[in-house]
Order: sequence, then C-alpha cells, then structure tokens
Amino acid sequence: MTETARINEILERFPQIKRNALIPLLQAIQDEFGYISETAIGRIGDHLSLPTSKVFGLATFYNQFSFASRGQYHITICNGSSCHMGGSGELLSEITKMLEITDGECTRDRLFSLEVQSCIGACGQSPVMAVNDKYYAGVEIKELRAIIKKYRKDASG
Amino acid sequence: MHPDKEFLLKLAQGFIPEPSDEELKYLALLNRERVTRPLVMVNSSISGVVAGARETWAAIESYVAERSLDIELCESGSIGLSSEEPVVSVQMPGKTRLFFSKVKAENVHSLLDDVIHHVIPEQMLIGQLRREGQEAWPDVPFLDEIPFFSLQSRVLLEDCGIIDPFSFPEYVARGGYRAFLQTIRSQTFSEVCDLVIRSGLRGRSGGGFPTGEKWKSAFETASDQKYVICNAEESDPGAFMDRTLMEGNPYQLLEGISIAAYAIGSNRAYIYIRSEYKDAIERITRAITELRSMGLLGDNILDSGYNLQISLRKGPGAFVCGEETALIASLEGRRGMPASKPPYPTQSGYLGQPTVVNNVETLANLPLILKKGADWFRGIGLPGCTGTKIFSISGRARISGLVEVPMGTSFGTIVNEIIGGVNKGRTLKAIHVGGPTGCMIPPHMMDIPVAYENLKEVGLVMGSGGVLVMDDKTCVVNTVRYFMEYVDRQSCGKCIPCREGTRRMAEILGGITRKPADDEGQTTLERFKGVMQLEHLAAVMKDTSLCGLGQNAPSPVVSTLKYFRKEYEEHIFDRKCTSNTCSELRTWYIDVDMCTGCSICAKRCPAEAIIGTPTHPYFIVQEKCIGCGICYEVCKFTAVYYK
Repeated sequence: MTETARINEILERFPQIKRNALIPLLQAIQDEFGYISETAIGRIGDHLSLPTSKVFGLATFYNQFSFASRGQYHITICNGSSCHMGGSGELLSEITKMLEITDGECTRDRLFSLEVQSCIGACGQSPVMAVNDKYYAGVEIKELRAIIKKYRKDASG
Repeated sequence: MHPDKEFLLKLAQGFIPEPSDEELKYLALLNRERVTRPLVMVNSSISGVVAGARETWAAIESYVAERSLDIELCESGSIGLSSEEPVVSVQMPGKTRLFFSKVKAENVHSLLDDVIHHVIPEQMLIGQLRREGQEAWPDVPFLDEIPFFSLQSRVLLEDCGIIDPFSFPEYVARGGYRAFLQTIRSQTFSEVCDLVIRSGLRGRSGGGFPTGEKWKSAFETASDQKYVICNAEESDPGAFMDRTLMEGNPYQLLEGISIAAYAIGSNRAYIYIRSEYKDAIERITRAITELRSMGLLGDNILDSGYNLQISLRKGPGAFVCGEETALIASLEGRRGMPASKPPYPTQSGYLGQPTVVNNVETLANLPLILKKGADWFRGIGLPGCTGTKIFSISGRARISGLVEVPMGTSFGTIVNEIIGGVNKGRTLKAIHVGGPTGCMIPPHMMDIPVAYENLKEVGLVMGSGGVLVMDDKTCVVNTVRYFMEYVDRQSCGKCIPCREGTRRMAEILGGITRKPADDEGQTTLERFKGVMQLEHLAAVMKDTSLCGLGQNAPSPVVSTLKYFRKEYEEHIFDRKCTSNTCSELRTWYIDVDMCTGCSICAKRCPAEAIIGTPTHPYFIVQEKCIGCGICYEVCKFTAVYYK
C-alpha cells in the first residue's frame, strides 16, 4: 500500500471534523509510520480544514512527534534525573560520537535512530536505554559500545 | 475459573452481607486468600521489564512446561522496590506468599526448585506477606517487619504488587467498587462533596488545593455538561507514583474517577495519560472495557439512573501539560499553553464547561475515603494536611522505589530510616524534592514534618513527590543546570519571563560548569555578571510568570544558592568541581610512567595545551587546558587521568 493510501485509511477512522481530533490523528500517523511526513501534515490539514502551519505548529510543540523516519534500530535513551546522575549524558555524547546523530535523527544508512526520553520510569536501574523493544539497565560506556557493535553485526548478517 | 457476573455484581453492591460457606470459599479463591495450585506472580510493570522481567517470565514458562507442572503464572504490579526488580512472588497452597528480589532468568530454576520443595532460597528472599488464614513460613520475616515497609503506611499502595491488575473479580473480592455503588444509590452529589471536604483531602499534584472545595465549585456552576479529567501526565523526571498506581491497581483509579464524576454531577470523564506509559494505557483500557461489560460504566449504571463514560486520551508529551489549563488546551487539540486564571476550569474549562482536573494519586484516595469514612482519613497525617503521600525515591539511594507515608513524616525518616540512606561509604549531601521545578534540601533541614504549609514557610515545596537523593559524588550545580535545561526545553513560550528567563539561567549555569576558553574579552566577565544576576532573575521570574512552571522554575537555583553557596563559589572562583561530576572542570594529568610519548594527545588537543617530544612523556599545561577530555579518550595507554 502506498503512503497516501495508508494515510487516507487513518483519516477515515476520524470522520468527525473537529479540532480535538487533531492530536489523536497525529498520534495514529506517528504510530503507523514512526514519524510524521510532510505529506501527512498536508493531508491532515485538508481533512480537518486547518492550515498546514497550524498542524505543524502543534506537532512541533509536543515531544511525542518526530519528523524524521526511524532507523532499523531505534535507540531510546532515558535522560531522567536519576539516569542523568548515573551518566546518561556521557552515553549520549558517546552515541553522537559513534553514530554522528543527535536526538530525533537517523544515521545515513538508516540503521540507527536516536530518541531522548525525559523519563522512562525505571529510576532504580539507571542509566537505562532501549533498542527497539529491548531494555538495557545500568549501561556503562563499554557496554554501550558492545551493544551498538552487536546490532551492527546483526544488520550485516 | 469463570467468575459469575451476577455474583460479582451482588458482591460489589454489598448485597451479600452474610455469605454462605460455599460463597465464602469462592470468595477466598477470588481474593487469593486460598489457592489450589502454586501461584507465581511476576512484576511486569516497566521497572520490572527494564530489569529483565520478560526474560524471567519466559524462563518460568519453560520451567513449568518442561516439568508439566500445574502452576498459575500471573502478572502483577510493583510492590515499590524498583531497585530490587525483577520481583517475583510465590504462593504455595495453604501458605503465605513469599516475595523474592532480583529474580533474573538464570535464577528461576533454582528458585522454583527450592520453593516447590518447601525450601527457602535465602539470598533472594525479601519476606512473606502477612495474611489471616494462611500458614506462615518459619524463620521468614514478614514484609511489615522489614524497615522499608514497617515505617510506611501503605494505604493507596496496599494492593499494588499483590493483586492481578487485570482481574476485576479480584478487585471486587477485596472490597472494591462497593464505595462507588453505595454512593450512587444512597448519597446526593453535594453530600459526596461535603464528605470529601470533611476528609480534608488535598490535591496531590503539588499545589495542595482542597479537592472537595474544587468539586463544590464545579458542582455549583450551572451547566448541563460537566467534565472530570484525570491528570495522568506525570512528566517530572524521577516521578513514577502515578504510573505505579495505574499499573498496579487500575480499578482503584477508575472507581475514584467514577466517584469524582458523580460528586460534581458529570457523566463524562477523561484520563489524560502520558503516551509513553504503554503498560498503564493497556491496563486502563482493558479495565474500562471490563467495566463496560459488567455494566459499571455506560448508561444507567445498575439501574441507578446515573450515566458515566470514561475515555482515555494519550497526551503527546509536554511537561507544561501538568498545569490544568494547559492540559485542557491540549485535550481540545491546541498547543498546551496555560491560560490566565480566573476563570478557573471549575467554571469554564474543557470546551467552556465546568471541569475538574485531579491527578491520579488524589483520585485513588477516594474509594478508600468513601469506604472507610472521612474521620478515618482525618486520623491519618496532620490536621489540615490529612492522609498519606507517596514519594518516589531515586538517585543515589540505597533502595529506589515508592514510599507511602502519612503527611507530617519528615524527609529525614524517609531517607535515613525507610530507604536506608545512601550507599555504603558515601555521605548524604542533599535531597532534591519535586522534580525540575522543585528545590534542594540540605540534610540539616530534613527534620521538618512534610506538609504543604510547613514546607512553604521555609521556602520549600513538596511538588508531586519525586525525591532525588544526592550523595557526595554528585554535584549540586550540575544537577541544577540539568533541571534548568529541562525546564528551558519544556517552557511553552507563551510568557516572556519563563521563556527567556529559563534560557538565560541555563546559559549562566552552563557557563559556571565550564572552563572559559580563554581569559580574554567577555567570557570571564560574563561568568561573573551572570552569577550576580541569578538571584535577581529568579525573583523576576517568580513574580511575573503566568503559570506554576515559570513561577517555580527558579526554585532549584534559589534553594541551592541559599544552602549550597559554597559549591557555586568553588565552581566560579576555583573552577573546580569537588565531586568531579562537571566533566569540563576536571583537571587532567598525564602519568609519566604510563606515557609512551606517542604524541596522539598533543595532535588532537584543540587548545594546544599538551607539549613534549615524541617517545618521551608528554605534559599538560594547565593554564591552557580547557578540560574537554579528548586526550583521555584518545590515549591508548590509559596514561591520562583526572583529579
């Protein structure tokens, strides 16, 4: 199915043309594609009779929405207060150095993408990171390097 | 076992005052006072999953399958010991339930082998749960005898981690839903408001506004449509009490919301929940579906003539949406920006209608207040500040987790006695209370009884209940900078004092935690000027910001300038961070014995601060060093170190 067809299908689920459908709609798009594309923003605007600027303005206000597609391995780093104390800042700069990406970006080979969360809620195991659905607790720099290496190897088969 | 719907509804309505023997037996099965086969429960909430609960679950499944055992395996919420996860509990028929900590997949085998043969693996044991009608294990401490639990009064958290959060029958069998159903039959709207006013319950999200008064105001505003919104946004980093309540006992919250909706005469309620809380969302959604099928939500609930719909809305994530007017804006599909009050939401809120916004912890209190009475609730805590408060402890504490204490308990008791202070060999430096807009409390101030007014008097806040424990290896200025950067990112940008003030403060604090690149020109001057302006800037922000976020944003800075001034001065004058946390203030050295003189550090140093001749040990010129640490990273011989 093409992107437009998938977007249309989601839009059909929200028949009411009301402003308070905007956030649930954006969330549905984000859940489906992992990010919100320019096309999607335009289509949502048409559907709800809102200017594109309003839709984009709202989407950029909230943390949940991202505008770049996700990589094969989506890395989430918790930067809550407890994880910060446990050294999440160093993990972040290590990732930035290794993969040359920052929050909300994706590597050029579409392998890794990075997201910084404000708090995952597992403060007892800080610092916490996740790759797709797999969580890693009490991560140290050395371990982080090994984790990324492992996924690189997995990808190259 | 499929519980009889009719029986459950009768039970929930209190129509079975004297159950027959058979019914009693059935009840004991439902509330798990009695189990016919071994019961194994795994905490599957996020703290458990991060520690490896999914792997533990799989290991238990394969253990059971290999031996074709008849065991009931079940998910539970968290009992509050986040640093001891994955927590697994086992209940053998006739015996009390045992709790084990740190049960990783590789330990499952030996644990189950032991327990099934009535041996207790000491090293993983936490304790046993006291319950009447069950035989206790010999020489095993009861949970309520362990300091972590014995000093708490777990009222809201009583069932968290003990019950199956997916099971409605279990909730009803433990006395649930009676409060709501009896209320809608026998009490008027305003009677419920009055009862809650009498109980003295106050909002748990930080402000401490009396809940009953809020309801009364919404109740008295004439309108044919009113709304109740449960604020489950909880976006403070380090706060996880609402999440644990939702994951551990979703029906308790839903009953609380139902009661709140009834009290203001509303038939529409929303739960505004953080979209990252996937487990909580799943549990609440399933619970709502279950309640609908039982006829406890929807039109004409059990022929009482009262209608109620509860729906879930996922919040797209913004710290400012914890503020009620911003939350309402977000629900309406706008940017979550606070509005000036009045009009208060209780007069004109969601879609211009009277709206009550309460947070999860506040609402979870209601079933208990209605069941046990306002006087029971007034008996807990202090006069004027009744009930209990849940604190989520994280950071450098010996035990991280949830602690529920009566109002009026001091932070000293919580930190030193309940969670056992900081790790061995460290000393407690401070606690940071209330998240990014909270304040830092030094050890000598921790004896103040925790209540809204007591803390306010000395210029501190309670916040929503996140407590970050700091030891001597953490840096106060660095932590404050972290919080300020967080608030800067999360400021909605509507009012200038908050938008610009938080940015400036973050810049100033950033300047303090970094060495100036050079001593020339503006940089040094800017450092000093900025620091001198911090206090003034804080006062302006406090006085002129629109909402609580901006007004409280400077409080970490104000409280630390008051109690930890020395640490700021060290950073500014000595350019030194005693705990070595501020990486850019570290002083780097090269170990002459380890250095081979490969010259890589000198080549990579951006400040040209490393000198020497190849094959001889190199040397760092401290006056030139900007403390970036690149030499440390590139050195292959671990010759670079910091003090």
